[in-house]
Amino acid sequence: MKPARSRNLMAFAPFLLLMAAIAVYVIVAVLTGQTQFLTVENLLGLLGRSIALGITAVGQTFAILIASIDLSVANLISVSAVLASSIMSGDPSMMLPAIAAVLAVGVVVGLINGLIITQFEVNPLIATLGMALVLQGLLSATFNNFAGEVPEEFQVFAYGQVGGISISLIFLIALTVAAWVFLRFTRAGSNIYSVGGNPDAAKLAGMRTTRVVIMAHVICSVCATIAGLYLASRLRSGAPWIGRDGVYDLESIAVVVIGGTALSGGRGGVWGTLMGVMIFSLIDSIFNIAGVDAFAKQILRGIIIVAAVAVYAVRSRRIEA
Amino acid sequence: MTGDAIFEMKGITKVFPGIKALDSVSFSARAGEVHALVGENGAGKSTLMKVLSGVYQAEEGEIFLRGRKVRFQHPLESLTQGVSVIYQEFSLLPDRTVAENIFLGREPTNRFGILDAARMRRETRNVLALFGDRHRFGPDTLVSDLDVAQQQMVEIAKALSLNAQVIVMDEPTAALNDAECDLLFQLVEDLRGQGRSIVYITHRMREIRRLADRVTVIKDGKVAAAFDDVPETGQIVEAMVGRDIGHFYPDPATSDEVGAPVLTVHGGGNARLFDIDLELCAGQITGFAGVQGAGRTALALALFGAEPFETGTVSVEGQPVSLTSPRKAAKAGIAMLPGDRKAEGLMLMQSVRDNGMISARAFSNPLGAPNNTSVATLDQMDKLFDAFDLRAANYEVEIQSLSGGNQQKAIVARWLSLAPKVLIFVEPTRGIDVNTKAVIYAQMRSLAQDGAAVMAISSDLPEVLGISDRVLVMSDGKIVAEFGYGASETEVMHAATEAHLGLETS
Repeated sequence: MKPARSRNLMAFAPFLLLMAAIAVYVIVAVLTGQTQFLTVENLLGLLGRSIALGITAVGQTFAILIASIDLSVANLISVSAVLASSIMSGDPSMMLPAIAAVLAVGVVVGLINGLIITQFEVNPLIATLGMALVLQGLLSATFNNFAGEVPEEFQVFAYGQVGGISISLIFLIALTVAAWVFLRFTRAGSNIYSVGGNPDAAKLAGMRTTRVVIMAHVICSVCATIAGLYLASRLRSGAPWIGRDGVYDLESIAVVVIGGTALSGGRGGVWGTLMGVMIFSLIDSIFNIAGVDAFAKQILRGIIIVAAVAVYAVRSRRIEA
Repeated sequence: MTGDAIFEMKGITKVFPGIKALDSVSFSARAGEVHALVGENGAGKSTLMKVLSGVYQAEEGEIFLRGRKVRFQHPLESLTQGVSVIYQEFSLLPDRTVAENIFLGREPTNRFGILDAARMRRETRNVLALFGDRHRFGPDTLVSDLDVAQQQMVEIAKALSLNAQVIVMDEPTAALNDAECDLLFQLVEDLRGQGRSIVYITHRMREIRRLADRVTVIKDGKVAAAFDDVPETGQIVEAMVGRDIGHFYPDPATSDEVGAPVLTVHGGGNARLFDIDLELCAGQITGFAGVQGAGRTALALALFGAEPFETGTVSVEGQPVSLTSPRKAAKAGIAMLPGDRKAEGLMLMQSVRDNGMISARAFSNPLGAPNNTSVATLDQMDKLFDAFDLRAANYEVEIQSLSGGNQQKAIVARWLSLAPKVLIFVEPTRGIDVNTKAVIYAQMRSLAQDGAAVMAISSDLPEVLGISDRVLVMSDGKIVAEFGYGASETEVMHAATEAHLGLETS
């Protein structure tokens, strides 16, 4: 990590939160006598249950780092899953064309989002909400149930294992590493932080800020379509509601923010986001082994998100003062 | 003296990370007087008033209000006890009416909890009546329909409706034209006549002579001089600058330092600029003077492509260029150091290095390494920082922790990585303490000596005259006069305001 960012207390906050969540998890497991949950495989398994959220959130991190946001990811996931399974229709030879088509859709959606935000200066919240509605409309007009199916070979993405670790988990970690390298070691990555930090100053320093914004949105949308591919692989088919059912739009934003990326842009990163995903999964597991009822769980989750963000806000204010 | 003071601040010390903004400052004001608080930008005037109003809490010192010790934790507490501060940037909501602004946050309600709009209007009218017939707007006028002077009156009315006994005005004439200034002076005299105590922050001698009863000069966070009357202008200036003015500004360019024209504009114009013919020469500092809105900033923005010319031609070193975006301007060799550093110049939360490297990164391969661009490497950037004597704990700290002068040095270093031919400084020393100013001036001179054409835009007239080899005067979007080195403030001001006053009276 960059010294400047790691010296900052904010960079450690998600890590501390993750450690706290793990501590609570261990305590609850010991207290309820369910020590069988306390294995490394189990902890990795937690992340394994959140692959789709993780992939989406890595993309969402890019949107939020440039002080934008993307509400269209959930419906884009549905589009991607349905499209992939319809094109494949169980035929292994159609796998590559399907993947290519789905990724192309991601690029196009990201381009449109980015262009609307930069060229027409529409607030990102509204621009991507509009995109979400359009995608939902297209889906509803075309599909009303599971459509097509993915061949066995494609299910390897979700169910395959290498050396006892699931391929999807390896993929998520590889994606995070790639995103981190991009953000940390390329100029395009520095540009994302600069535009998020102060778009006016970046522009007056000679930067093509619109390109940076569009690029971040393309990355965000492509990640969402990859999450859709993963879900199609796992569910063996795509349905037009899987994105919305997973609440991937709001949950991806929540884990990015819990992971320490500032909603105002310019600060944060993908490792924090991955920690945010783990924190979310841990909270779920803690409630499960503690036997908390589903509604109370929902309420507690809400409180934890707001509390975490409030803690960050107070801390960052203290740093500024 | 203590006896009849409305408020008295004793031994106030306020520390910000890295700097002692106020060092044991004492200040007081009596009823029915205008106490001028004078000092260079960054001397600590505004900080002192923010301590008085409770925006900041002092580390040391005491404040007495009508003989009673107070410690305001929040501006609301000082407001309710009769202390109002009118800042340079007004805190008005443009889309609400005058009455709604005056009663913002304390709107009167009837016993059912419904807004008592009639009472708001009535009380607003009563307060406005204190201005006589000078205000020319009513309680229902939208603030966005008012000019700057009228908005200032709304701020004053807000203070009066709170029955403020102490009114602090922070450089109130900064955005006013001459006629508006006169109106403000009359208002201030009225307020004094009503027995209120006015703290008048300024660095303009004319206003001090016209209004003040007492003068306190602050320099580098300390009281440099406190006068019980209004002394000779020279005494005030000496206390403000604290050194011989002769050494404050570097020597002008010698005739063999001035080179060929670098930037030429013919007939440049847009919505705010008309018929601009301009030539900037290598090795020369060209200053721009003029009143607020005369077009100096518009010219800088046009040359930098942020608000481009719509007519006319521009060439750099004889080659025609099209300056339609900051990126194109930067490519053509034109750099601008914005006046509002925080808003337009800096990524506050990022490191000094990241802030320095941004332009180098913007003009090189996006997939390359950020610290080793074809334009500049991190090592070269560090050397530039070193050469400018940029003071920071290290270059990885967030740039917001640096002083304004060091932030400015980082932005200069940013541009030098592109080896620009023209450097446009907008308000180069805004918010920079007086000692660092001399460093910035020396830096501008050495950039010119290294062959750059330097353009200096500042609303601080002595600064423009002090650093420039020639001064162009702008008015109403045109260049109206040109002076060589050594022009007097009076003749430049005359040229700057002549056309303007002509418009006012016609």
